[in-house]
Amino acid sequence: MNSQASTGAQPRRAIDVVNASLKRRYAKERRFRLLGATAVALGLAFVVLLFADIIGKGYTAFQQTYIQIPVTLSAAEIDPKGTQDPDAIAHANYMALIREGLRGLFPEVTQRSDKRRLNALISVGAPQFVRDRVLADPALIGTTQALWILADDDIDMLVKGNIDRAAPEDSRRVNDQVIGWVDRLAEQGRVQKRFNTIFFTHGTSREPELAGIAGALMGSFYTLLLTLILSFPIGVGAALYLEEFAPKNRWTDLIEVNINNLAAVPSIVFGLLGLAVFIGFFGVPRSTPLVAAMVLTLMTLPTVIISSRAALKSVPPSIREAALGVGASPLQTQFHHVLPLAMPGMLTGTILGMAQALGETAPLLMIGMIAFIVDVPGGFTDSATVLPVQIFLWADSPERGFVERTSAAIMVLLAFLFLMNLAAVLLRRRFERRW
Amino acid sequence: MNTMVEVMDKASGAISSADLANSEHSRVTVGEVTVADPRMTCRGVDVWYGSKQAIKGVTLDIGKNEVLSMIGPSGCGKSTFLRCLNRMNDTIDGCRVTGAIRLDGMDIYDKGLDPVPLRAQVGMVFQKPNPFPKSIYENVAYGPRIHGLTNNKAELDELVETSLRKAGLWNEVKDRLDQPGTGLSGGQQQRLCIARTIAVSPEVILMDEPCSALDPIATAIVEELIDELRANYSIAIVTHSMQQAARVSQRTAYFHLGDLIEVGETNEIFTNPQHRLTEDYITGRFG
Repeated sequence: MNSQASTGAQPRRAIDVVNASLKRRYAKERRFRLLGATAVALGLAFVVLLFADIIGKGYTAFQQTYIQIPVTLSAAEIDPKGTQDPDAIAHANYMALIREGLRGLFPEVTQRSDKRRLNALISVGAPQFVRDRVLADPALIGTTQALWILADDDIDMLVKGNIDRAAPEDSRRVNDQVIGWVDRLAEQGRVQKRFNTIFFTHGTSREPELAGIAGALMGSFYTLLLTLILSFPIGVGAALYLEEFAPKNRWTDLIEVNINNLAAVPSIVFGLLGLAVFIGFFGVPRSTPLVAAMVLTLMTLPTVIISSRAALKSVPPSIREAALGVGASPLQTQFHHVLPLAMPGMLTGTILGMAQALGETAPLLMIGMIAFIVDVPGGFTDSATVLPVQIFLWADSPERGFVERTSAAIMVLLAFLFLMNLAAVLLRRRFERRW
Repeated sequence: MNTMVEVMDKASGAISSADLANSEHSRVTVGEVTVADPRMTCRGVDVWYGSKQAIKGVTLDIGKNEVLSMIGPSGCGKSTFLRCLNRMNDTIDGCRVTGAIRLDGMDIYDKGLDPVPLRAQVGMVFQKPNPFPKSIYENVAYGPRIHGLTNNKAELDELVETSLRKAGLWNEVKDRLDQPGTGLSGGQQQRLCIARTIAVSPEVILMDEPCSALDPIATAIVEELIDELRANYSIAIVTHSMQQAARVSQRTAYFHLGDLIEVGETNEIFTNPQHRLTEDYITGRFG
């Protein structure tokens, strides 16, 4: 490049050499910037695509189709003895009452098979809502009420436009006759889409219209709470000991290498470990938030320890010297000065670890969290499932109604992940100001 | 070692040849390493970092109510030596100290001795001002609080005030004691660190280049403060500035590559150095 300078015939000034190379250097920089910008744009594009897809598929799950039916809550069926005994009221056949009301709207339907199809407009879970209504207000007995009755998932799909009316009759879930009925009900203003509270208050179900994420949400809540309670103190304690108190020798080096290795172990291996050790050996009840939290603690511990150690390392040694210099004991130095300063970093790492645990599926499949559990768990030892596993289960279900619920559950999961990451950012900012 | 110290105490003069024979290091320190009324006595102190020897057989006294300055080129071991005096070197992995260092006759490297109360007796001010990221009040009150020096809030308030007054900082911060100590200027921060140190009533204050991060005005204030503190404390100060050593100290020790080369009255050292290395350093031939 600078052969001219090295030959020495005409000594070039350094600035000329620099200027000659400038153009090339700037071009390199431009290329690098372009590359970076492209990478960012590509990443953003995929995120937008992902969100658009999920929200586009899932937003309809937050609404649910109801059919208004005049139901005669006859005293003869509900409370024949007139005792108003809640037990008796609870055991009445409300389905029969609803079907009676529905047939009243379609008096022309007399064929047995047609009647069966007509009955199928209504969700099999509908009677329980009518029953709850009557139990809450026994004065309704003996009256005729225009009740909004939960529709079956096929009808829900039809109303939401997810069933192609143009398709040949034998290749869609509802035939022309049913479409005709639904259209007639709609004309009468008897079909309405309402906010889907069931989705947030119920556990899962085989029927899409009755399936909710409350069970999975509570399962995730208990699991994460316990994971936090277990992994934060253990992780911070381990980091503190390794970073501040342990002698630096071959053993601690070995431990450090192994912690870093653990962070890279595939999560399903932790599930197998949990199955073999926690469930198989210690007899912890399977499919519970307790065992899930134990497995997820093992999985997140390396993350928590590594980030906590990094946070401790970032506390300037001068603070430790200052504390030791006025006669603070090593433990006082750590707890009064070093830990408060390292806390934002530790919390950030822990929350990110928690977010990772919230989204984890594979290890939980190994410890029975994949079981079909309808009840909303009420504690750490109740059988439960968690959000990502629920998503996995619903994504596997053939009913069209579960497609939108899968997307909706993903939205809920993403919302929680987003909230947790936001919390991590806010915590870091809040504590950093003190520094 | 005990007998040796007794001999030294009786003689309280130059090291006799017998003592030198006891020491495996034969470099002779020029000048009077001992004083008549010592607060701290160091005898044959070796410091090793792993296999590297940083201090070689240093014997030196720190007198009561005197400022002893330690000078020498970078890496000569003066800071290392200073950090031996309150066992701050304990925190460094692979650091090993041998020899005898006594505070008022008590061996501070005794196996049974707890370095925590020792550091309350031998306070330290560091090169870079390092106030805690807490309020000014908390910075000063922290030491007395953990040692339980005061019985109630009023006493603690008073101790904080007197400490800040002694450090010459009270008038500047009395209205903002609840503000963070890290918000003060560099010189104020260093005086806050001095106030924090004297709040636990130490007997000796070690200063490791306390003014190297300060401007000349702040330096002058701190130097004046050191001179006032001499009335109550023994002070050992490491400095790179020979003018500072000349201004604040009564005795000066010159270190070179881990050896204590020469000790003497400060004006003697600067006007009439006995050792060639000392003379070279002071006259600026190296260092």
